[in-house]
Amino acid sequence: MDGSLQKDAVIRVRGIVNAFGDHVVHDGIDLDVYRGEILGVVGGSGTGKSVLLRTIIGLQKQKAGVVEINGKDQTKLSPEEIQMARRDWGVLFQDGALFSSLTVAQNIKVPLREHFHMSQGLMDDLARSKVTMAGLPLEAACKFPADLSGGMRKRAALARALALDPKILFLDEPTAGLDPIGAAAFDGLIRELTKSLGITVFLVTHDLDTLVRVCDRVAVIGDKKVLIAAPLKDVMKFDHPWVQEYFGGPRARAAGID
Amino acid sequence: MAEVVYHTDFICVEEGAPSSLVRFLGRWTIENAQAIDDAMAATIKAIDKGAVLDCTGITGLDTTGAVLIRRFAAKIDDAGAAVLTGISSDYKELLEVISCCPPEAATEPEVLPWYIAPVLEVGEAFLRAVSSFARLLSFLGLVLTRLFGTLLAPGRIRLVPMVHQMEAVGLKAMGIVGLIAFLIGAVMVNQGAIQLAKFGADVFVIDLLGITQLREMGVLLTSIIVAGRSGSAFTAQIGSMKLNEEVDAMRTLGMNPVDVLVLPRLLALMICLPLLTFYADIIGIAGGVTMAWAQLDISPANFLVYFRDVISFDHYAVGIIKAPFFAAVIASCGCYQGLRVSSSADVLGERTTKSVVQSIFLVIVLDAMFAIFFTAVDL
Repeated sequence: MDGSLQKDAVIRVRGIVNAFGDHVVHDGIDLDVYRGEILGVVGGSGTGKSVLLRTIIGLQKQKAGVVEINGKDQTKLSPEEIQMARRDWGVLFQDGALFSSLTVAQNIKVPLREHFHMSQGLMDDLARSKVTMAGLPLEAACKFPADLSGGMRKRAALARALALDPKILFLDEPTAGLDPIGAAAFDGLIRELTKSLGITVFLVTHDLDTLVRVCDRVAVIGDKKVLIAAPLKDVMKFDHPWVQEYFGGPRARAAGID
Repeated sequence: MAEVVYHTDFICVEEGAPSSLVRFLGRWTIENAQAIDDAMAATIKAIDKGAVLDCTGITGLDTTGAVLIRRFAAKIDDAGAAVLTGISSDYKELLEVISCCPPEAATEPEVLPWYIAPVLEVGEAFLRAVSSFARLLSFLGLVLTRLFGTLLAPGRIRLVPMVHQMEAVGLKAMGIVGLIAFLIGAVMVNQGAIQLAKFGADVFVIDLLGITQLREMGVLLTSIIVAGRSGSAFTAQIGSMKLNEEVDAMRTLGMNPVDVLVLPRLLALMICLPLLTFYADIIGIAGGVTMAWAQLDISPANFLVYFRDVISFDHYAVGIIKAPFFAAVIASCGCYQGLRVSSSADVLGERTTKSVVQSIFLVIVLDAMFAIFFTAVDL
């Protein structure tokens, strides 16, 4: 713990409270994400993993608490600062959330067009590079999202999330709905890309394989709080019934955890 | 000392033999992408043979910068060889990620030339309209066979969803139908009286109101409101079930989607639209009565006595008999378009629009055909 305090926290979450009506989802969440690391967030269904992600990226207003990104309190930003801050993030939604009326390449160009003035040729070149970076064949560039398979849609969405060269990447269940081979390939892609580009990743997942192969640290959400945030081997030793069941179950053994 | 032939914030070109030396400077990141690209375009002209690209001066690099370097190298390769040197170890991985230059590939969907596109669109629209009409007819046939099938086996009629639909399309439509019928009745008397007063015939406004409201306006306006309100709802409900694969699930459970989804809606609308029409007739006349009282000083009692003398039951019958037919058209259009939804939510919106346009169009066509028929049989 002492060593980690000196690390540089890109995202600092303190005392987040979220509630829908009477139903309290988070009651004082504290979490740090350090520069350059891949943090995996796990928790049972309905524990509010996605809500936490949405709170951090500002889509869900918290009842109390502070979200600081790069040391800036997100609630105290001016509209211009919010706009600027968006350039530093990429978000990959669960189903990709690609704009269905645009081709994959046009989807990648949307953020470029919104934030910068670039020539068409340069944007085309950048879009094509992102398409290949995300491991898609180039023919996919001019296809519409509806014509792609689930795995390809995820890759296209990742390409769009990377369009602005973000410093932080938010991934919401990146491997959900993919077959094991596709999921493993996507895990590899995330790890490789973010490490070589030096991106900080906040990753929400259910997938034990992803946790083992991709994440540097794992945060477990339960009982409306963060139970523990530590490297996987420390999390597995943590004494909490849900954690023990999660990491000690048959699927965990299949993922090579023991 | 080599001669500097070009110098910007990002690129510095020094002439030399056998190849030029191009030094990259500053932050090659997305913020500066366009400036670098412009500088590149200008520099390229100054280099007519190979070049050595020196990256030591780069203070910041992201994937966009890496793409730009690759772009630059590719352009110089056209003239001669490009050699990349001085890449710091921090950026090595980054350049590797996008080391290979992707070949030219289309990034936008194909667009036809302007002189062909309209012709093609017209042709396609015509063929689509024909096939869509044919499909609608075949769907109607399918629904009718299922409907007559249920007459033989009445147990197949799903009463609970039917009553639920009756509430949704009938009871809950009473507010808007009543409001519009009342206003139209009042406006008809108001405008009719002004015109008829020129001939001193303003009392005939009661004939005018009675005949138009009972024969045409009541049923037609109600149908149009219901088409907009319930026809679109049918399409949206069934369409979203289709998107969610609920319709497919139904089939695998041995339920016929026509029985489960279409027939209750069709029957509910066929029962409710005549009732709504009757209600609209009464409210429309009430609107006329109110306006006649306010504008022409015809008391409601006088109005109704005169009304009973001049308006025969035939007028009412001619109007109300059309209602179930219109209902069938609206319900089948709505359900048919709903079942045609596939693949994406985009299509759902398109189909909903189509369902409303198609059902209003067909209702008016059918109304015209009824008018010809009733004239022919002297009603």
